[in-house]
Amino acid sequence: MSPAGIAQAVPQGVEYVRILPEIVLSVSGMVIMVLDPLVDERGSQKLLGLIGLIGSVAAIAATLYQSQYPGLGFWGMVKVDAFSTFFHALVTAIAAVVILSSYEYMEVQRIRAGEYYGLILFGAVGMCLMSSAVELVLIFIALEISSISTYVLAGFRRRAAISSEASLKYFLLGSFATAFFLYGVALMFGATGSTSIAVIGEALRSNRIPVLAYAGVAFMFVGLGFKVAAAPFHVWTPDVYEGAPAPVVGFMSTAPKAAAFAVLLRVMFEANAPGRLGLIWVTAALSMTLGNVGALVQHNVKRLLAYSSLAHAGYLLVAFAALPNNGIPAAMFYTASYAAMNVGAFAVVSHLAGAGERFVTLDDYAGLGRRSPLLAATLTIFLLSLIGIPMTGGFFAKFYVFSAALQANLIGLTIIGVLNSAVGAYYYLRIIVMMYMREAREEVPAAIPVSPALGVALALSVAATLYLGLLPGKILAYASRSAAELLR
Amino acid sequence: MNLHPMDLDRWSPIILTLVTFIPLAGALLLLLLPRRHRDIRVFSLVVTLLTFVLSLHLPVHFHRAALAGFQYEFDRSWIPTPNIHYHMGVDGISMWLVVLTTFLTPLCVLISWKSIDERVKEFFIILLVLETALIGVFVSLDLFLFYFFWEATLIPMALLIGMYGHGRKVYAAVKFFLYTMIASVFMLAAILWLYAKVGTFDFVTIQNAIRSGQVAGFTSAAQWLFLGFFVAFAVKVPLFPFHTWLPDAHVEAPTAGSVLLAGVLLKMGTYGMLRFNLGLFPDQARANAWWVMILALIGIVYGALVALVQPNMKKLIAYTSVSHLGFVVLGIFSFTQAGLDGATFVMLAHGVSTGALFMLAGALYERRHNYDISEFGGLATSMPVYASFFLFIVLASVGLPLLNGFVGEFLVLSGAFQARAVYGILGATGVIWSAGYLLWMYQRVFFGKITHPVNERLPDLDLREQIALLPAAAAALVMGVAPLLWLNAIDPAVQTALAPFAELASKVVGQ
Repeated sequence: MSPAGIAQAVPQGVEYVRILPEIVLSVSGMVIMVLDPLVDERGSQKLLGLIGLIGSVAAIAATLYQSQYPGLGFWGMVKVDAFSTFFHALVTAIAAVVILSSYEYMEVQRIRAGEYYGLILFGAVGMCLMSSAVELVLIFIALEISSISTYVLAGFRRRAAISSEASLKYFLLGSFATAFFLYGVALMFGATGSTSIAVIGEALRSNRIPVLAYAGVAFMFVGLGFKVAAAPFHVWTPDVYEGAPAPVVGFMSTAPKAAAFAVLLRVMFEANAPGRLGLIWVTAALSMTLGNVGALVQHNVKRLLAYSSLAHAGYLLVAFAALPNNGIPAAMFYTASYAAMNVGAFAVVSHLAGAGERFVTLDDYAGLGRRSPLLAATLTIFLLSLIGIPMTGGFFAKFYVFSAALQANLIGLTIIGVLNSAVGAYYYLRIIVMMYMREAREEVPAAIPVSPALGVALALSVAATLYLGLLPGKILAYASRSAAELLR
Repeated sequence: MNLHPMDLDRWSPIILTLVTFIPLAGALLLLLLPRRHRDIRVFSLVVTLLTFVLSLHLPVHFHRAALAGFQYEFDRSWIPTPNIHYHMGVDGISMWLVVLTTFLTPLCVLISWKSIDERVKEFFIILLVLETALIGVFVSLDLFLFYFFWEATLIPMALLIGMYGHGRKVYAAVKFFLYTMIASVFMLAAILWLYAKVGTFDFVTIQNAIRSGQVAGFTSAAQWLFLGFFVAFAVKVPLFPFHTWLPDAHVEAPTAGSVLLAGVLLKMGTYGMLRFNLGLFPDQARANAWWVMILALIGIVYGALVALVQPNMKKLIAYTSVSHLGFVVLGIFSFTQAGLDGATFVMLAHGVSTGALFMLAGALYERRHNYDISEFGGLATSMPVYASFFLFIVLASVGLPLLNGFVGEFLVLSGAFQARAVYGILGATGVIWSAGYLLWMYQRVFFGKITHPVNERLPDLDLREQIALLPAAAAALVMGVAPLLWLNAIDPAVQTALAPFAELASKVVGQ
């Protein structure tokens, strides 16, 4: 290659802006890792957490800055558009709120927390990259970055066997799933001769679709289905959610999921994946039904929320079966509002869990409305949003998804979904009933006051949930715009 | 138009918003108040009274002339996609239901003054939020907004029952929530279908589109849409056989919860039938009227018979609601001027008198912590004031002429006669039954000898309770003596609602 050719091939200045949030997050993560051995245990809490928070907030700022420079970068592997901006902002915001809600938890659990914050940031790097990557190999790498961080995070309660079990289970099954994804990528390459989503999309738009492409889509779907915890690839969820530290569950039930949904949207719609309707129909129906039925009999709140997240993955997938021009915005809106309510719910759960996470069963929530009315009210808002009651983000999320499905004449799937959300109301309601209508048990200690950081995290989650429930217009308009860009 | 500068009409565009949201604003302010029970009670009373006074603007400035349509309208875009509007407005029917709500809520505050002594702040916050949601249901002219408020009534009501009720309160609260929530999901599906075809949630626009036949695929879907709305409303009313949640909810609810549940919440169902089932699907309403009326008649008679044998005073009153609301449905589906006028009037009258009955039952419960009729007897000697209030309300409820129950039931029955004589005859037995069960209950509780020594020293109604009951009793009297004050606003609204039915009838005649 001639020197001029090399100079051309080296990414130019603006291309670095297109990975700016990832750079910011990585640098902050590395600073945390370097400082970790140098500070004592007490200092690590405050200082490293603060760096993590600053890093994620700076990444939000970087995302906003970056959105002024849309386009491709790094040999056409990264693309900044409204779609990627949406998910970048979402993932980094989730990371910030989770870091805020982790301070108090880490102190109560007596976990030395240095690399914890680093891992959250590294995970966020992978998730951000997943939403802006437009090339399957880079998507795979991003997927691995995000997965490996979450595997480690799941096992962070080192003294609890259940946590290590969760981590190992997640790791083994997760590696298996990413292998599926990689195999799908290989098949896709075989079918279309490219790993670039745009080229694949072009190739699959032609009349003759090779059989290999169907297989490729199916394999990739298995891998991503695992990441978003959709049935029948969900079996790991209850155990992992039960074992992993509560704030981590709040993180991994929202951010990696949102990122995986972003990839799924790109693969399914931008790449014109063939045969997606049948796949999604079955998966969505299964996820909603298994999730809601499974949650009905749970006694552990974390397990209950695990099944609930399975159900929500199902609702979200309904949007994928709809027409792209209103299915994509509906799915994007859903990821955002699900993130707001679920991160918030897990923040409350992690506050109440107490040392060693001893208080995570439904009975431990009895009388919470009397013991700490404000906290109970906060959790109630999140639960109502999860049910899908008007005035909360969860309502409009379901609303957009189901109306998109109706416009695509998916009557059957809509009916399954609507019936499921009626079933779902029951088990969320059980928690509310526990909090307000039952007397507290003796052994549950008086709740410790909410720390300022957790208070801010909760306030942000409540504000986001209510904002999406009262004024969803702006976010939806943005999502629609990015969907239009994606489909162009 | 020459408006006097001081004319209150310029309040008209925002009056509905004010009336709807002042209670909510009050609830938010309550959050900030310290937990001093007296202050909280006084503050709630002031807020609810303010709301009531403001809501009086509606009937005072209401244009009663002609087929005026909706008044005090306010329409702004709320969410661009989907096209949701903040569209509020009332006609003669919904206006009175709003006033009924604002009238009953201060009484609820008064009646809960002493009986709620734990988690007081939460109680009044929930009560005020509930008031906003209830008013919102009646003033919404955007289907989405309507659904929004409709669902929003669920949570505060379930919390009132579950947190402040007694006995099997959790069971009752969950049952209430699930029953009504699952039923309203069907309404949401129907609303979404309409939106997908018409592209708006606006009630008036959708109504016009349906009437001018511009909705694609409407004829094949109409029956399902009708049923989707109907199921949600029938459970709320509750129409037989969807009534099983009601006795549980009523018996376990605190007094204020029962008053609002019977007084206003049930009317959401009948109002919905009137506005949406008749307003959007007149053909289907007519086609389905025969079985709806039969269910209403079963409800009237069945509710009355079950009420007759209830040993529990509150459960008895609850079943009278099943019976009385049967009258309302009967009147609505008679499609006659008299029937609909009467149905609306029964809604209001039932709200006042049954609300008062629950307040009276609650006052007794505060003294004895018991609702069993057999526990009482001879109370007329120990509690004379209470006994006379009770008698007055019972007489209003059984439909004594010159009191409010009579007017509505008379109109409904004459409407039912016009529709089909046998319906009128069967419905009329309900009036007899209601005299039976209420008067028999009254006799057992108040007359005879005092059988339980505790009852000898029961304190009579105190001043606060009398102040709470007096407005209800006065309203029962005024409504009975001068029903035209109400009917002259209801009448044009009913005519508007019946317009498509008149066309249908004339079509039949023309053929």
